Amino acid sequence: MSTIPGPMVFRGSLRHEAITFAGVVERNWYLIKRYFWWELAFFVWSLANTLTIVFIAKGIKAAGGQIDVNRATTTLLIGAVIWSYLGIVFEFMTETVAWERWEGTIEYTFMAPLRRSVHLFGVGVFAVVYGVFRSAVLFTVVAFFFGLHMPDANFIAAIAVLTVASASFIGVGTMTSVLPLISPEKGAQLGFVAQGTLLVISGVYYPVSVLPQWMQWLSTISPATYALRGIRRALLGGASLAGVWQDIWPLLIIGTVAMPLGLWVFGRGEVYAKKHGKLKRSG
Amino acid sequence: MYAVEVDNLRKEFFRRDATRSGLRRKRKRVPALEGVSFAIERGECVAILGQNGSGKSTLVRLLSTLLLNDGGSARIFGHDVFAEQRVVQRLVNRVSVEASFFKKMSSEENLAYAARFYGMAPKETKDEIIRILQRVGFPTDRRHEGMEHLSRGMQQKVALARALLTSPVVLLLDEPTTGLDPRSKLEVQDFIREIRTTHDATILLCTHDLHEAEILSDRVGILDRGRLVALAPVTELKEAYDADTLEEAFFAATGRAFEEEDEDAERGVFA
Repeated sequence: MSTIPGPMVFRGSLRHEAITFAGVVERNWYLIKRYFWWELAFFVWSLANTLTIVFIAKGIKAAGGQIDVNRATTTLLIGAVIWSYLGIVFEFMTETVAWERWEGTIEYTFMAPLRRSVHLFGVGVFAVVYGVFRSAVLFTVVAFFFGLHMPDANFIAAIAVLTVASASFIGVGTMTSVLPLISPEKGAQLGFVAQGTLLVISGVYYPVSVLPQWMQWLSTISPATYALRGIRRALLGGASLAGVWQDIWPLLIIGTVAMPLGLWVFGRGEVYAKKHGKLKRSG
Repeated sequence: MYAVEVDNLRKEFFRRDATRSGLRRKRKRVPALEGVSFAIERGECVAILGQNGSGKSTLVRLLSTLLLNDGGSARIFGHDVFAEQRVVQRLVNRVSVEASFFKKMSSEENLAYAARFYGMAPKETKDEIIRILQRVGFPTDRRHEGMEHLSRGMQQKVALARALLTSPVVLLLDEPTTGLDPRSKLEVQDFIREIRTTHDATILLCTHDLHEAEILSDRVGILDRGRLVALAPVTELKEAYDADTLEEAFFAATGRAFEEEDEDAERGVFA
């Protein structure tokens, strides 16, 4: 005969949290395996998209523009790859709810004794690891395609910037992932609006200085601004860890604010969804 | 201590109306549960009968922590369902009318990750998943196939396995046999009986199958338009309403035939 556990059994059980975290990662791994052909198709699309953008540098030269093609190509490539990476992280975070609603598993996930912070952090960590892998492959393939030379590149500093930025991306992604929770019909689309706004203000393909003043102000609170600037500094200028510190410390501040804020926003959204009966499958 | 204790539980939803007030659409209040009270003893099986939109699914979703109440209280083994959600979540599991799985993933993969959410490590689930799939009559040689390749009956067996894998002490069954072929339906019903004898589970079975309610439960409740109008053993219900069958008792209790659709079935849309 089973006993009836009380609250103390589960409180502070690190082992339980570690296993649930592993469960989130495990599930996403299964999904990547099972949707391998979708993933391959998305990768080819990202590759084509990146090539299209990076060819712009050669296009300007061919049209008579005076630019350093190697530098411009690398600048655009970094923008395209970081944008692709950000897209993967946001996609995973937003689909935390949207995909589950589509598959019909949302009720089972949200009625499980799974701490929401562990749930979302598990999704975020998987997205970061998978995103880094896919972006690294994308970067390498395009760099070889164009025969890019980066003799001064400091990859360790670039990875450090990306790692610190990822915490902020998870935090911002958590905030956007609440949208499909509170609005089953429009939430995922609103996530694209948030992502698109970051694209415009963060200097993905151009320096932030060309933006109107009010957009430049907005760019100071976007983690992508510092991620792109720091990675470009490291790969194009060969900046060391000390050299990219000016981009790392704002990322640390944004990450420290964005992660708990994201969890708080998601928690409010979950309460709203439970109050209004929105925690249910589509159809 | 009761396994399930519900007191004056209320839940309502708001539906957007077609008419507008200024720029905003008017909203209409749709009560889903209105002051429902009952208690279930440990090890008991209680069936709740009701038409579509009567509030059965809302009741199950409230007890599963998927909804917040608008009044009243609900306790599972003394734990407040709305204030102690994580504790309640560990005690409860649910099988609903839709099997609800990641369709490309296999039954084994779906069960494995679901078990992790309840704190079960891979070494605990490796053999347990095979054992429990055998127990529900699922051909274990098909456990690596994607769920999309399995019949509805097979998927529902995996749903039962998912619920039992986590050893819940309260099992919420929300129309678990609706839409199943007669053979699968009998198999699932046999398994529910087996759970009662071997698993020390308290069961709340929401159904609109009168026969299923009669053969599986100790007591039957009648939920009509969000109100629990009766709750008693089948024989007592028949006596109380001077009826020969449960269907007649339902008619006497609600004033409507069981097959009639609730004219306010939009409750079901929200619930």
